[in-house]
Amino acid sequence: MPEWARRWGWELLLAGILIGVLILNVSLSPFYLGVQNVINTFQLSIEKVIVAVIMAFVIVNGEIDLSVASVMAFSASVLAALHAAGAPFGLAVGAALLTGAIAGLFQGFFVARMGLPSLTVTLAGLIGFRGAARILVEDQSIGDFPEWFDRLGQDPLVGRLSFGLLLFLVGIVVAGIILHRTPFGRSLYVIGDNSEVARFSGINVARTKLIVMTSSGFVAGLAGVLFAARLGSVRGDLGQGFELDIITMVLLGGVSIFGGSGTMVGVGLSILIVLNIRNGLGLARFAITTQTGVIGVLLILSVLVPNLVSRFARRRHRGPGPAPPSGGRTTDQGGDLRGREHESQQATVE
Amino acid sequence: MSRIGPGSSERVGGSRRRRLGLQPERMRELSLLAIIVVAVLAFSLVFENALSGRFFNRVTTSVAITAVLAAGQTVVIITRNIDLSVGSIVGVTAYLTGEYLGDHPDAGLFLAIGVAVLIGGALGLVNGALVAYGRVPAIIVTLGTLAIYRTWLIEHANSQNITADTLPQWLDELPRASVLSFGEFDIRLTFAVAVLVVVVLQIALGRLRWGRWLYAVGSNPDAARQAGLPAQPLTLVAFVVSGALAGLAGFMFLERFGTITVFAGSGLELASVAAAVVGGVSVLGGSGTVFGAMLGAVLIALLDQSLLRTPQVSEFWRDAILGALILAGVAADFLVGKRLRRRWAESRRSLSLGATSERGAVTDA
Repeated sequence: MPEWARRWGWELLLAGILIGVLILNVSLSPFYLGVQNVINTFQLSIEKVIVAVIMAFVIVNGEIDLSVASVMAFSASVLAALHAAGAPFGLAVGAALLTGAIAGLFQGFFVARMGLPSLTVTLAGLIGFRGAARILVEDQSIGDFPEWFDRLGQDPLVGRLSFGLLLFLVGIVVAGIILHRTPFGRSLYVIGDNSEVARFSGINVARTKLIVMTSSGFVAGLAGVLFAARLGSVRGDLGQGFELDIITMVLLGGVSIFGGSGTMVGVGLSILIVLNIRNGLGLARFAITTQTGVIGVLLILSVLVPNLVSRFARRRHRGPGPAPPSGGRTTDQGGDLRGREHESQQATVE
Repeated sequence: MSRIGPGSSERVGGSRRRRLGLQPERMRELSLLAIIVVAVLAFSLVFENALSGRFFNRVTTSVAITAVLAAGQTVVIITRNIDLSVGSIVGVTAYLTGEYLGDHPDAGLFLAIGVAVLIGGALGLVNGALVAYGRVPAIIVTLGTLAIYRTWLIEHANSQNITADTLPQWLDELPRASVLSFGEFDIRLTFAVAVLVVVVLQIALGRLRWGRWLYAVGSNPDAARQAGLPAQPLTLVAFVVSGALAGLAGFMFLERFGTITVFAGSGLELASVAAAVVGGVSVLGGSGTVFGAMLGAVLIALLDQSLLRTPQVSEFWRDAILGALILAGVAADFLVGKRLRRRWAESRRSLSLGATSERGAVTDA
């Protein structure tokens, strides 16, 4: 295999899948590729795709953040509760953004400083921050935001692009540059690949993880505020279940769940695939719940298929000659996410 | 801890417990028990009938489903995996079993339970096969099947609910059936079944060979494989057990509520993980007990039921408190449990070293 094909193989496959999905969708509706429809496709899921960009950082770093949807709801609820209590609106927005960052910092402290597994910490966050949102808004729907805020969420800002969409487009480019072109970005890969090695090569692992988890919370909080602006009101169940789509977007994009590999190009392509599949299923009149099931299948396949392919490749190449690279997406740990964080703990076996 | 020399090992059977002190798992369980007692006493100051038989019955009824799920979740977490799909499995089995009983009104209790457990086990098998043989991380597989099983149920149900009037009469009476009564305090049948499941699993995991193997696989997968343990089949079995118990919980859900919507049981996956983690089951695998998970479930059910009766705190606090409990559970496990386990393991090792050298001496002679 030539070098470029090996390096960009997954992204090429994604591009192929995307073209297939687009062809199917165009056959369902000839207006599918119209500019406005493409923009609408993004606009309806803008919060998810924004969070997916930062989730890529978290997973490359070898961690996971299951709490993002709950943090979205929490920060949106802070906004709504402060607004309902009569606070100046600018202050409410600022507090909401700060809430997201503090939620991320809080979880990051347990992960980075205490060394607890992010899976459990953010699972506690998934339940706890949703609970915090419920405490703030109970079972009401709080709205009546200032007009400029609602317009910011719903109307185009520049040309046909809304504020959220602009934020996403700028964000993914900046994120790609940080991830692939800066020492900080490279240190994420080293930590995700092997945090021991990272420590010995002088990377401040704890600080880096703290920064990434805090940013994840901040971006989730920002997405929550955007969601509030787009919907015009906030409820306690805002964004519930979004983590499924967000994690699927990142893993399908070729980011290894074990950390240490993946590209922002892949994440961008898989965002397009997930959005267009949901849109196409909608065109074919499938219910939202059905779409969720399809995303579930996609999530499992996005890890299963590369595993099977690389196992098949390894079997074929066995014998003389160097072993082919495993593609970085397989594991010999029997398929467990938490293995890498596990220090050789004493067995309690009799 | 001082090393025990050869010679003393003959008396090891008698002196071992005293020398080692309490096993860390027992410590964890005892402290949970103490927390539960303190919580009950504290709640009895806040609202009146916290010590009454009715409140006891309410808590034990609501704990049964979570305890069964937490037991299955514990088996999976011990192997260093996680099962997030149990909430959807409860929904699917409750619905399908209800449908089955509607079509076959003369099917008995055991046949109904059998149907539920079989369906749950089959769904667990899918999870287990993907994790063990597809090498996909459990979190990914079960996050996916959580959505897939639920979607299938929604498609299958076609916006029809299972209602109590289509179900046989005996099912209606089941929730109030008691095994034992002490005055106001009833031991309800469902609670007794949950306790039975916990006791059986506790003994199986602790005493049977495959039970110990599950701990070995979760504690150090590579070492387990090199020691020749069947790591993949064991992982598969863990998921099947979790699925089958979720099926049993689905049946309990059906008999308790009678009406089953397509969203039945959603959120129970989080409750089961919470119960296991609060109960001291380490998410890094290899340690924790089913009994601890049951105590975790009791603590959560106790808080749930108490919050409903506490006027000072609204019921909306439930999830926030639950999240804090999980975090406290994990943090406690890391700060205290790890150290305790290490000390326990070290003293064990020095014990077994003594025993080995003794045995070696015998063989040499």
